[in-house]
Amino acid sequence: MNFNKIYALGLRHLYLIMNSFPRILDLIYWPTVQIFLWGFISKFFTLSSDYYSNTVGIILTAAILYDFLFRASISFNMMFLEEIWSRNFTNLFIAPIKIREIIAALTITAIIRTLIGLVPAVLIAIPLFGVSVLKLGLPLIFLLISLYLFGITLGLLVTSGLLRYGPSFENIAWASLFFLAPLGCIYYPIEILPGFLQIIAKILPLVHIFEEMRSILMTETVNFLNIFKSIIISMIYFCFGVLVFYISYFGAKKRGTLINMGE
Amino acid sequence: MFIEIKNLSKVYNDYLAVNKISFQIEKNKTIGLLGPNGCGKTTTIGMLLGLVSPTKGEIIIENKNINIFKRDEILKRFNFASPYVELPKKLTVRQNLEIYGRLYGISNLDERINEISEDLDIKNFFGRKTGELSSGQKNRVSLAKSLINKPEILLLDEPTASLDPDIGDFIRSYIQEYKIKNKVTILLASHNMSEVERLCDSVIMMRKGKIIDKGTCEELIKKHGRDNLEETFLKLARSKDEF
Repeated sequence: MNFNKIYALGLRHLYLIMNSFPRILDLIYWPTVQIFLWGFISKFFTLSSDYYSNTVGIILTAAILYDFLFRASISFNMMFLEEIWSRNFTNLFIAPIKIREIIAALTITAIIRTLIGLVPAVLIAIPLFGVSVLKLGLPLIFLLISLYLFGITLGLLVTSGLLRYGPSFENIAWASLFFLAPLGCIYYPIEILPGFLQIIAKILPLVHIFEEMRSILMTETVNFLNIFKSIIISMIYFCFGVLVFYISYFGAKKRGTLINMGE
Repeated sequence: MFIEIKNLSKVYNDYLAVNKISFQIEKNKTIGLLGPNGCGKTTTIGMLLGLVSPTKGEIIIENKNINIFKRDEILKRFNFASPYVELPKKLTVRQNLEIYGRLYGISNLDERINEISEDLDIKNFFGRKTGELSSGQKNRVSLAKSLINKPEILLLDEPTASLDPDIGDFIRSYIQEYKIKNKVTILLASHNMSEVERLCDSVIMMRKGKIIDKGTCEELIKKHGRDNLEETFLKLARSKDEF
C-alpha cells in the first residue's frame, strides 16, 4: 500500500467538500433533521411507552447509530459516483494506483465525510433532548467499528454493482440501506420479527449491535462477546464486499465498461 | 522493439470489436491510429491502458508481456488524454494537477506543475474550477495532466476535437515541440488528417476492428494514388478490400 496515493485520492474528495459550502451544508443537514425527528419521537415514546419508560433516548441513540451506518455507506457510494458524474473514471483507473489503494482511500475518506455530517447532529442532541451517545461508554467505539465495517461493505457492494451495470445502478445505491433496515432491528427487539426473519436477521451484524445498545442503556450491563461477535460478522461481510468489488472490476475490464463509464 | 501488439482481439458478447491486430511501435516515435467511428480505436487504446482485457493476443513492452508488470508499475509509464474524459469539475486546475501529480508519485511536484502550466499557458486560470473552463482551456489542462509524469508512452484520443483552429494549432505545436524535447512514444487517435500528417511518423488504418493498411503518410498517399491523407482515408474507409 502506498499511503501517498491513498492520501492523494482522499485529498481529491476533501477538496471537493472544502470547495463547496452547500456541499458541507448538505452533509450536515440530513443527519440534523434525522436527530430532530427521532428526538421528538423518542421523547413521545419515553413518556408514553412502558418498554421505554425508564430509559431516555434509546430510540434517539439507535437513530444516531443507524445514521452513522447510513452515512458511512452513502459516503463510500457518493465518492465513487462523483468519479462517474465528473467523467473522471478513466483518469482514475489508468492512474498507477492499486485497486486496494482505491478501496482504502474511499474507506478512510468516508469516515471523515460521515463525521462532518454526524458530529454536529450528535452535539445538538445533548442540550436539546438530553441524549448523548457517549453514555454507551467504551463499547460505543466497538459498536461504531462494527457499524462502519458493515456500512463500507454495503458501499462496496453497491459500487461493485456500478462497475458491473454502470450508472443505471445508481438508484440501488440509495435503496440498499432501506432494504436491510427492517431486518436490522434498529428500533425494536428481534422478537418482533417472524421466526424465519429472525434467523436471517441474526446473520447480519446490525441485530447484535442494536440489541447490545439497548441492553447497555436499559440494564447498564455490557456483553463484550456480543459486540465482538458483531465485529467478526461485519469483518466477514467486509472481506466478502472486497472480493465482490475485485470480481466486478475484472468483469468490467472484460466487458469494457471502464472506458465508457459516465458517458 | 518498444511496443509490440500481437494478434490482439476483443470480443464483446458476440461483437468482434478488434480482430487480430498486430503492429509495432518504435521508441520515441508517434503512430497515428486512424479509422472511422466504431472501428476499434478506443478499444485498442483501452487494452493498452489496461481498462479492457483482451480476448486474445499479447501486448509486449520492451520484450515483456504487459501482464507480468504490476498494475501501478506499468501505468506510471503511461498517460492518456482525451476530450471525452474529464477531470473533476468542482476542483480547481491546481488541485487537479496536484492530485494527479501525487497519484503518479511525482517527487518535485510544485516544480513540475509550474513547469507544465507555464508551457501550456494555464497558470492564469489555476484557481478556477475545471468545470468552469472553456473547451480549449479544459483540453490544455487535460494535456497538462497527461504529461505530469513525463510519460514514456502517451496515448492521445482526438486531442484537438471540437477546438477552434487557433487552440487546435497551439496544442499540435506544443505536442510537436514536446516530442522534440522529451523522449516519448505517442499513439494518436485522430480524425484530423492534417494533424496526423503533421505529428505522426507512421499511421495505422483500421476498419471494422482490423488493420487494413499501415505505413508512413507519404507511403500511403502514394500507394493509393491520392493527393493527401484525407483522400486516402476516405478511399480506405469506403473500400471493402484490405491492402
